[in-house]
Amino acid sequence: MSESIVLDHATDHDDHGPAKGFTRWLFTTNHKDIGTLYLYFSLIMFFVGGIMALIVRAELLEPGKVLINPEFFNQMTTMHGLIMVFGVIMPAMAGLANWMIPLMIGAPDMALPRLNNWSFWLLPFAFTMLASTLFMSGPAPDFGWTFYAPLSTTYGPKSTDFFIFAIHMMGISSIMASLNIVVTIFNMRAPGMGWMNLPVFVWGWLVTAFLLLAVMPVLAGCVTMMLMDRHFHTSFFDAAGGGDPSLFQHVFWFFGHPEVYILILPGFGVISEIIPTFSRKSLFGYRFMVVATVIIALLGLVVWGHHMFTTGAPLEAQLYFMYATMLIAVPTGIKIFNWVATIFKGSISFETPMLFALGFLVMFTLGGFSGLMLGLVPADYQYRDSYFVVAHFHYVLVSGSLFTIIAAVYYWLPKWSGHMYSEKLGQIHFWLTVIGMNLTFMPMHFLGLAGMPRRIPDYALQFTDFNQYCTVGAFIFGFAQLIFLYIILKSCFSKDKGHVSAQVWEGAKGLEWTLPSPVPYHTFATPPVITTGHREY
Amino acid sequence: MNTKIPATKNNKRLITILVCGVIFMFGFCYMLVPLYNIVCKQIGFNGKSANSATLVNPNMQVDTSRTIKVDFSTTMHGNLNFKFIPLQRHIEVHPGERKLIYFYAENKTGKDITVQAIPSITPNDAARFLKKTECFCFTQQYFFKGEKADMPVYFFIDPAVPKETKEMTLSYTLFDETEFIKKQKHFTKGRIDL
Amino acid sequence: MHNYISRLTIFISTFFIAVAAQATPGINMPYGVTPISNDIYNLHMACFYVCCVIGAGVFGVLIYSLIKYRKSNGAKAALFHEHIGVEMTWTIIPTLILIALAIPATIVLKHIHNTDESGLTIKVTGYQWKWKYEYLDQGISFFSNLSTPQDQINNLAPKNEWYLLEVDNPVVVPVDTKVKLLVTADDVIHDWWVPELGVKQDAIPGFINENWFLANKIGTYRGQCGELCGVNHAFMPIVVEVVSKADFEKWVKSHGSATFASSSLTAPTTNAKPAALMTEADLMKLGKEQYEKTCAMCHQVTGLGLPPTFPALKGSSVVTGPLSAEDSLVIHGKKGTAMQAFGDQLDDKTLAAVITYTRHAWGNEELNKKNKYPTTIQPQDIAKARK
Repeated sequence: MSESIVLDHATDHDDHGPAKGFTRWLFTTNHKDIGTLYLYFSLIMFFVGGIMALIVRAELLEPGKVLINPEFFNQMTTMHGLIMVFGVIMPAMAGLANWMIPLMIGAPDMALPRLNNWSFWLLPFAFTMLASTLFMSGPAPDFGWTFYAPLSTTYGPKSTDFFIFAIHMMGISSIMASLNIVVTIFNMRAPGMGWMNLPVFVWGWLVTAFLLLAVMPVLAGCVTMMLMDRHFHTSFFDAAGGGDPSLFQHVFWFFGHPEVYILILPGFGVISEIIPTFSRKSLFGYRFMVVATVIIALLGLVVWGHHMFTTGAPLEAQLYFMYATMLIAVPTGIKIFNWVATIFKGSISFETPMLFALGFLVMFTLGGFSGLMLGLVPADYQYRDSYFVVAHFHYVLVSGSLFTIIAAVYYWLPKWSGHMYSEKLGQIHFWLTVIGMNLTFMPMHFLGLAGMPRRIPDYALQFTDFNQYCTVGAFIFGFAQLIFLYIILKSCFSKDKGHVSAQVWEGAKGLEWTLPSPVPYHTFATPPVITTGHREY
Repeated sequence: MNTKIPATKNNKRLITILVCGVIFMFGFCYMLVPLYNIVCKQIGFNGKSANSATLVNPNMQVDTSRTIKVDFSTTMHGNLNFKFIPLQRHIEVHPGERKLIYFYAENKTGKDITVQAIPSITPNDAARFLKKTECFCFTQQYFFKGEKADMPVYFFIDPAVPKETKEMTLSYTLFDETEFIKKQKHFTKGRIDL
Repeated sequence: MHNYISRLTIFISTFFIAVAAQATPGINMPYGVTPISNDIYNLHMACFYVCCVIGAGVFGVLIYSLIKYRKSNGAKAALFHEHIGVEMTWTIIPTLILIALAIPATIVLKHIHNTDESGLTIKVTGYQWKWKYEYLDQGISFFSNLSTPQDQINNLAPKNEWYLLEVDNPVVVPVDTKVKLLVTADDVIHDWWVPELGVKQDAIPGFINENWFLANKIGTYRGQCGELCGVNHAFMPIVVEVVSKADFEKWVKSHGSATFASSSLTAPTTNAKPAALMTEADLMKLGKEQYEKTCAMCHQVTGLGLPPTFPALKGSSVVTGPLSAEDSLVIHGKKGTAMQAFGDQLDDKTLAAVITYTRHAWGNEELNKKNKYPTTIQPQDIAKARK
């Protein structure tokens, strides 16, 4: 058993710290270092993708050409989507997993530390390759993050090949990271930590890791087919040679829909840690929460067709995808209700992580409502590919993923760095973010319903007012993140460390809070023995 | 760093299973292609049921109580300079009745060319009931410069077609096949040269 | 902590106001003028109200808890953390609500898949970046382009009321008639979307999709391409004019004959009589007009294009080279690019004018004269080049 092995080696690395200089980061196999790298990487990418979003919003400030031409606009929307999904949210979630999973399950490190190093270091190269297309002669990928064929195959710019290889690299990175997480959770839990004692964050990541293992290879296959269509005269997606452009959408969304849950499920886990802490009350309905997570993931694998209701399909197929999609509202609803029930009759305080968690709860529910509306096929005919969809998935992803990541950072940053962030700044950051975010995305519902298609660089006069709200909101939202940057850098590089207690938050429970703040470089060399059961103490 | 944990037997087994799963899913992505074609053939989506010959059930009864109007339509893909039109705009057909119709094709590209007609049938709910026993779209077609031909299609509508169906459309999109040309040079099967 | 609570309360109630605003006209989904669009609207509103009720419940309990059970208020946490009965309740009740929503949705969807006989069949083909409409039984066929001038897009002129939602040749359909649409595309995937008709149908190259509408109110309805189709995705609007049946008959009569072909952006006039020679000034005037309408979207008004996707025409080897090369490129297009076969879309006179214009503008005239290539092209030259 893994525990005994851990014990054998425990004495080898009791008290040496990290190596010095750049090689520490390049060669590190320490889960905390790698987690930090992931988080910094995603922070940088967050600003890169954010600037792209602001360029998009600036162009949409008023009708007519404002800043950039339509070609560059399409590159910006495409890159914004790709970077935010693959470069910000997924690495940030992986960073949280690396940092927290070993701490939460009482393991000394990840199960496969060298693989861990490699899965991180693939990412900077993948994104350098992707971003380099912006500086090539000829357009960067400009076909939207969904890269529908034949716009991305026959009609794709030359840089599409770089895009394909970048996707391959980040896919391999994700697959290796997930592999590592699954093995860690299976084999390295501290003695006494049974499956039903696992922290919900770990459960969320376990399910996510399985989803990633299931669908990232499909994405890899999908882009490989694109590559073959582009260069080797196959015709997977070209009707001329017997292929079918609709097939692309099936393959893509077979990956793409579970991907949405990949982005959100770890966030659900984070929220399930934070809300009990600041309500000073155990999570309501732990079993239902875990089961709901698993059901969401399973249903997520069989509903991809709801992204393609307008591509033309027989009635039966549309009905199946509609019913299956609506069914997902049930486990998601259970989660929301259980969070509210956790808060109910608690003893609530409103520190920044809790504020972001509550922001998540409210806005994710709103995003869920628009999702339910989108699930109804006839109504979907009017919503599809309009700004209503843009509003929907930003409500879901900005709250479900970004807010949860920010909440997690505030929650665990004192533990990681040993420095308590300024609560006041944190709260200012929250309110600016939440106001900016709603000002940006709420009007998009109305724009979409009124008939504004997504991904257009210029629009009819009737849409002007709402677009201007969106743009103003986006800039508030964007610039508010500079506060976040300041808070993180201050915590990491502040000399004022070590005044934070191990407990940090009054109501926090779990193994990570038994460790001193900042967390030592090596932890749980001797695995803790859990006797009471994690959930009940 | 000596924080590495040696891969235990337990780890190895789990990793092997997971890697096999990943490889399977990569393969599954490619399996989606034939699977998709099979499903499309069954449900008649995107002409997949109309690009190969069907055998006629000898016991098939003509249902004279119903008449279905079948429209014909053609599209030239890309900038293909071809004349390709149905000789009848539409016909009325009873379910179970075999019909022969012609399309006229003329190569105006000024060079020899291989083309492929891709069929498509609407409405989606009834597409699988329109069946062909012979069609020029089953193979690629080779056209000499300036060549003209009549292209026959034998088809029937399965009497099992839903009661509500009153109209159907049989549509062809003509593609330049130069990039997807098969090994054999000349295809003239299923047409009447003019 | 009190001020945060009140702020949170205000914040959440603002949400409700904002969400409720969704129900007011103008920013909501149009009710539309077809039975399907009306059904969709009702379904949309029903679902919206259901969401409002659930939202009121969830947020109500949430706000109540956040106010009542504050630590600063002296709240002590309760110990319960499970209750199977409650949890089953909020599994089952949402399921029932969903079933209640799925039933009308299924009925409407079946209605959309209606296969009644249609009174008019129009084939819609999406091109980068325009629509082609073919009235199959009437033998009418034409392209429909954005008619907003480039100057308005580049903020050099005040914008029209229907900026980006206006076309040169709208689709004309009779009122109270089932119009069947056969939707396909020539190059990439497009999407034909007119909100007030309740129709959104992807146009997929190589395959045909069917949809229909039955407009019950005379009027002009506007929509746009709904699927990202490249650089000028925003610039291929749809305008549908629903007219009385008598007016439709008139329109068909006037457009079924040769007069339709004289309109610049229409079917080719292969059988037209040889036109009289045109003066260079006339050609330049018509050419500039047409260039800015059809070509400038990609090659830009300045002739500089957006290389390398859209090559510059200024000093281009095609435009300042032998005439036959340019003729052939313009008439037959270039495969796999947005350069279409304009021979199908423009008549000889217009083609001659556009080519004349490109051979004169942006200093190309001097280059052509220096190399002794022709600069002024007559419609007859185009007619010859077509053969």
